[in-house]
Amino acid sequence: MPDGMDLVFKALADATRRRLLDILHTQQGQTLAALAGGMKMTRQAVSQHLTVLEAANLIATIRRGREKLHYLNPVPIHEIQTRWIAKFETPRLDTLAALKRRLEGEAE
Amino acid sequence: MSKHTYVYVTYILATPEKVWEAITDAQISASYWQRENVSDWKVGSSWEHRLPGKSPDIVGTVLESDRPRRLVTSWADPGDPSNAAKTSRVAMDIEDLSGKVRLTVTHTDLDDQGLRDISGGWPAVLSNLKTLLETGRTLPDPYGAVEGHPEAK
Repeated sequence: MPDGMDLVFKALADATRRRLLDILHTQQGQTLAALAGGMKMTRQAVSQHLTVLEAANLIATIRRGREKLHYLNPVPIHEIQTRWIAKFETPRLDTLAALKRRLEGEAE
Repeated sequence: MSKHTYVYVTYILATPEKVWEAITDAQISASYWQRENVSDWKVGSSWEHRLPGKSPDIVGTVLESDRPRRLVTSWADPGDPSNAAKTSRVAMDIEDLSGKVRLTVTHTDLDDQGLRDISGGWPAVLSNLKTLLETGRTLPDPYGAVEGHPEAK
């Protein structure tokens, strides 16, 4: 699905949308109201970002009664990983990532 | 202890019947999941998830079975199968989008340990299922690229 991957990269090319994914990574299953509460922008703007993320399949939603719950869907990111990272590289890359986190603190 | 839900979605160029078969056929599931899924897939029947020919890693009950649209199973530890606190539930919804399928895996009632066990596992399994159905091949080691996964070599 070549255009599918375009959607993923376009969706990820925005700091606000990456922040929304970070928030969902910390706690899955949040409502729009809860997500908007953690962002310095209108609920409508957050909703538009969520639409872009959902179109890229980076988030999945479930309806529970009147609430719509948002979940980070890691499958497309995993596909990017398996496309360019060979299995034998993973331990070395993990070591480098751990070193970077340690040197830079936990930020980012 | 709080319970967790995880949702995974993947789009696969295949028919719902092919996706259902890949999930429920012991031999096919072993080819992309390492483990075979074994059951007659009737509501109320037991199912097992195991290395071919070995004792199961996961056991449970078929809770819903609507071929080829929806399959719901319970997942329990074979050593403690009646412990409700350690039993989670997996719903697989297969949606026909004319020419492709949206497969949604909703894993609910996971405790903290269960969450650690499955995180990373499902994306690898679903990517490999997609690769198998779209190309006929499987990735050599579906867990190889999963950081910290117990099966990563």
